[in-house]
This record gives sequence, structure tokens and C-alpha cells, in this order.
Amino acid sequence: MSKTSAIPSGVTGATLAKDLRLEWRSKDAINSMLFFSLLVVVVFSFSFDPNAEESRQIAGGLVWVAFLFAAVVALNQTWARELRNQVLDAYRVSPAPANSLFLAKALGNFIFVAVLEILMTPLFIMFYKLRALGPAWQLLPIAALGTWALVVNGTFFAAMSLRTRSREIMLPLLLFPISIPALLAMVNATTAILTGELSAKFWIVLLSTYNVVFTIVCLLLFELVLNAE
Amino acid sequence: MVSSFGVDVSPIITLRALVKQFGRFAALRGVSAEFAAGRLYVILGDNGAGKTTLLRALAGLAHPTRGSISILGTTDVRSVCHELGYMAHPSLLYDEMSGMENLRYFARLYGLADSSRDADNMTALGLDPALARPVAQYSQGMRQRLSLARALLNDPKILLLDEPFSNVDVRSARAMVALLAQMRDNGKTIFVVTHQAALLEGAADEFVWMEAGQITHRSRELQPVETR
Amino acid sequence: MTMRRLFPIFGLLTAVLLSYALYEALVAAPTEQTMGNVQRIFYYHVPSAWTAFLLFFINFVCSIQYLVRSNPVADKVTNWTVIAIAIAACVAAFVIHPLPQGMEPSSVATTGLAIAGLYFLIKKYFSRERTDALAVVSAEVGVVFCTVVLVTGPLWARPVWGIWWTWDVRLTSTLVLWLIYISYLMLRRFSTSGQTPVLAAALAVFGALDVPLVYFSIWIFRTQHPQPVIGGGGSIDPRMLQVLLINWLAFLCFAGLVCWSRYRLEILRRELEETQALEALLEPRSPR
Repeated sequence: MSKTSAIPSGVTGATLAKDLRLEWRSKDAINSMLFFSLLVVVVFSFSFDPNAEESRQIAGGLVWVAFLFAAVVALNQTWARELRNQVLDAYRVSPAPANSLFLAKALGNFIFVAVLEILMTPLFIMFYKLRALGPAWQLLPIAALGTWALVVNGTFFAAMSLRTRSREIMLPLLLFPISIPALLAMVNATTAILTGELSAKFWIVLLSTYNVVFTIVCLLLFELVLNAE
Repeated sequence: MVSSFGVDVSPIITLRALVKQFGRFAALRGVSAEFAAGRLYVILGDNGAGKTTLLRALAGLAHPTRGSISILGTTDVRSVCHELGYMAHPSLLYDEMSGMENLRYFARLYGLADSSRDADNMTALGLDPALARPVAQYSQGMRQRLSLARALLNDPKILLLDEPFSNVDVRSARAMVALLAQMRDNGKTIFVVTHQAALLEGAADEFVWMEAGQITHRSRELQPVETR
Repeated sequence: MTMRRLFPIFGLLTAVLLSYALYEALVAAPTEQTMGNVQRIFYYHVPSAWTAFLLFFINFVCSIQYLVRSNPVADKVTNWTVIAIAIAACVAAFVIHPLPQGMEPSSVATTGLAIAGLYFLIKKYFSRERTDALAVVSAEVGVVFCTVVLVTGPLWARPVWGIWWTWDVRLTSTLVLWLIYISYLMLRRFSTSGQTPVLAAALAVFGALDVPLVYFSIWIFRTQHPQPVIGGGGSIDPRMLQVLLINWLAFLCFAGLVCWSRYRLEILRRELEETQALEALLEPRSPR
């Protein structure tokens, strides 16, 4: 009898590839989310007059709140496919490590939310006539770190809320308080770059620390959550 | 009460006073039994008797509240999970992928890169490996058979099948039974939970009756259950 | 049995202490120069905060223990980590010059030792299941005290500084802690899993790791956007300090009283559940 052993990176890669492929095929989640993102930008533009001078100051915050809404909608459907037909059971019965599944889902969510951000950003720039007065290249690591901060905890709490009633509301309930330092960092770093008034350096350090700490914790604790039936 | 059979082979699975409770509901109430290797066991009983819970406990999906399970000489079910194949009432498949895609993906979970065996398994069960239709469009019977193919992916020593014949037409069911008997002859230990025990009458080694969370009796013959 | 005898005595003691502390705070303590009598709310605000933090810390310790005690290796590693933290605190207290503002070497060392002491005390006197009960209790009572802090803060700020709220480091960290533990209690209530303690403990660990990051993020924010400070820093009149400490002691006793009765309630509830589960196990079920 051959003893099989699952290579963790192989499992992560296969799961991520499968998720991306399925999403590409059906496109129903991505389509609705794209439209949702557009709606969010439009609603914000109505609520916070883009021509007012104050809006330029808060644009950093607006953008990230919009991204946060989009992220929550994306995170809520992380495990939707696995819940149908109880596919998670098949995963738990296999020797595949739980962490590989977590990483694959987190990376998939990251790509997903990043796509939404890439599509929403030009709209924001257009509506709010945004210009980066500080070093604009820093916006890229800020966006990447900020998105990962939301997505890594979001994927973990989405798995946690699988075991609760009112699943869709539990995710933001759990995610928002924990994400406050990361949100503060994202918003202030973005505002610092847009207004050019302050340095975003400290915020980037904070975001990096946040990401390292919580990625490690998520990886350590995910198996417990997956098997908490 | 369990009637033992004077097994001459050391048991592959041993249950000791296994209890599983969900809050106040006791699905399994102190099940103690031994199961020998290379046999086909059929588990029968009414709804709520604990059959599915027993299978899930064996698969490592339900942690026992009390008692222990020993599989292949260890009480840590996770460590021998590569020797287990599990099939449940939900299909445990992705509706959006085709049959072959499903099997290829789950094979990766077991670290298997070779997909030729998957195709053979599918054919043996009467499914077309080249079929590109997503599983959502399969008939229920086809889905059951694909689910069985998934359970066989890693060539497990122990097969745990929960209602494999539901909604399967008689001919396909008989083919599945023949396949199971063949696997048993090759040394696999198979547990089948079913309401259609008659299908397995010729092939099964032992019938196990459960009621109210306990094993009431075991027999080589499929006798009518005594009514109270 | 012991509870029936000790609890009323402890209760009476607490009542006396609370009354004395109340008198001290409202009457005997010297009136503050600039703020007047409103400042006396300080004697409720600060001890509530310290009590809340202590209770949340107990919750954190219990959550960690619940998670690691099921795995002997993790348990051992955690034991040694706690000891290492205590030693590091003692060493750092006397080696690092100068310490950050407001910290004294003796208090740093004492805190380190107290953390380790608390960890091993809980480990010794509470079984794994009981640490979970203690976690629930400390979270609930902690949230109550935290609410007191968040209510008294603005009540104090408004007449004195003219604002209801400010992104003050301590106040904001308290708010985030409160939010985290409300979500903790909601998770416990909404969970359908048979292993709710594991999920809740995981969330508590997340929360505990989050708090220093919150503190740090607000600190950066304030260096970039100066904000008013509620509660003031700096030294405190020794008589006021005395009243503060008396109030803290009274609050701790009160918290202890409430926690004790809630803990008993929780233990009894769990015992009842277990008995009912055992009954369901043993009684014959009617065939459906």
C-alpha cells in the first residue's frame, strides 16, 4: 500500500488554482462585487462632495472604507463553495494540512480584493481629482500590506463564523475591532501620501508588524478552528 | 449486546465505550465493538440510531465525548487518515467542476499526482472520465458514484460509506456492490451504512444492527429485525 | 459550603470598604485646584480601568491555558515562555536606562513577576474546563467595568475640557478593548459549535495581541495630530493617590465578589448540563 503524503505547497497551489479557475468560470461573485464597488464609489461621491476642499483631506479614509466594504462582501463568500455539499469534510478527512487551505483561501481573497481595489481606484481618482503630493510609489506597499491585513484576519474569522448563527453579520463583528490598528495605519498612511504633509514611514512599519503578528497567529490557530465542529 | 465471532484476525478497528453527545442528545451511547480486517460490514438501523455519527467518528470528523476509537493500532485517527476513505450523504464534491477535475483536485490533497488511476476508478463505476459537464448537472446516481470514486482516490485500507446506494438505479447499485466485494477480496475493510441491505446480502460478511445509539446485535445473515 | 459562610463576610467587608472609599472620594479627598469637584470622578474612572484591564488579562491567561493545556508540548513551551517573560522583565527593569516615561524599575519587575505568578496560580487551581468558566466570567465582568470607564471618561471630559471624546491613547485603547470583548461575548452567544471555548479562546488571543498594536497606532497618530489629553499625566498628590488606591481596593473586592458569584453560577450551570447529558445518555430512548 503506498503511503501518500501531501506536500503543503502543492496543496496550497492546487487549492488556489482551483478557486481562481472556478471564479473565472462562473464570474458571478466577481461581477456582483465589481458592481457593488462601483456603487460604493458613487454613493460616497454623493455623500462627500468631491469638490469641497475637506474631501481631499479625508479621501484617504474614504477610499479605505470603500475597500473595507468590498472586502467584507468578498470575505463572506470565502467558504461558500466549501459549504455546499459539505466539501470541508472531505478536506478534513484528507491528510492535507489545514494551513495550506487557509493560505490558499487567504491568497485567493487577496487577489480578489486587489482586483476590486484596482478597479475602484481610478474611479476615486477621477471623482475626487486625487493627486499624490507625497511619494506616490509608497501607495503600492501600503495598499498591499493593508489589503493583506484585512484579508488574513477576514479569512480566519470567516472560518470562525461558519460555526455560528447569523454567519454574515458575525464576520464584520469579529473583524472590525481587531482591524482597528491596521485601518488607522492604512488611512493615515494614504492620507499622508496624498497630502504630502507627513511621513508614512511609521504607519508602514506598524502595518508590517501587524501583518507578521497576525499571519503567524492565524496559521497557528486555524487548524483548531477548522476542526471545531 | 454484541455477539462476537471468535475472530482469528486481530481487529483493525476497536471501539471502547464510545459516547458522542450533541448537547443533550446522545447519538452514540457507549458503543463497544471490534471489527476485523478484510471484511464487508453493513450497518443497519432506523433514522437516529447513530449510524452516521459512528461513521463520522471513525473518519475523525466527530470527536468522541467519551471513550476511544482505535484504528490500525492507534487512537489518533488523524495519523492514519491517509488509509481512510469516506463517503457521506452530501456529495463532498464541487458542483462547478467536472468529474475528472474534482478527482484531480482531491488527489492533490492526498499528494497524488498521477491521474490515471482516477480515470480507471471512474470507468469502473460506470462514469465517463472525459465528460466535461459540471457535477451540478449530474444525476443523483452519477453524483453518488463519483463520490465513491473520490473516496477511493487514495486506495484506502478502510472504506466508510454512508448511504452509497441512495437514488442509484438497481443495475448500477449491483455493479457497485460487485466492486465493493472485489475490493474486500483484495483486503480492504468496508463499512456500509444503508437502508437497502438486501443489495448486499450475498456480498456482506456481517450485518450490524444499531438502535438508539448502541449496537443491538450482529449476524452473518440478514434476518428480519425483531419488532417490539 | 464554604461559599455560604465566606461570601456574606466578604460581601460585608466589601460594602464597608466601598462606603469608606466613597466617603474618601467624595468628601475627604482634597479638591483639585483647576477642575474642582468634577475631578472626583477620577476615583471611579481610573480604578474601573485598572480592574477592567486586570480582568481582561485574566481572560487572556485563561484563554491561552485552555488552548495549550490540551497539548503537552505546547503547554511546556508556554510555561517556559512565561518564566522567560518574568526574567526578562526583571532584567530589563534594571538594565535599560532610561526607561520610558512613567515606568519605574521596581514596577516593571513586579509586573513581570506578577504575570508569571498569576499564570501559574491559575494553572494550579483551575482545571482546563474551569479555566474556560473563569474566562467567561472575567470577560463579562470586565466588560461591565470597561463600560464604566467609557461612560465616566466623557462625563469627566465634557465639563472640564468641553469635549465629549478625544483620541486619547488610553481612552481609545479602552474603547477598542471593549469592542473586542463585546465581540467575544457575541461569539460565545452565537456559536453553534460544540467547541465554543476553543473559538472564544482563539479570539481572546487575537484581541490580546491587538491591544499593544492599538496603543502604538494611537501613539503614532497623536505625535502626528496632537490631541487633548484627558486625565492628565504627571505626578499626583500623595493624599489623592491614597484615596485612589483605597478606591481601587474597594473596586477589586467588589469585582471579586461579583466574579465569585458569577463563577459559582457558571460552574453550577455546567454541572447541571453535564448531569442532564448523562441522564439522556442512560435513559432508554423510545424508538421513532
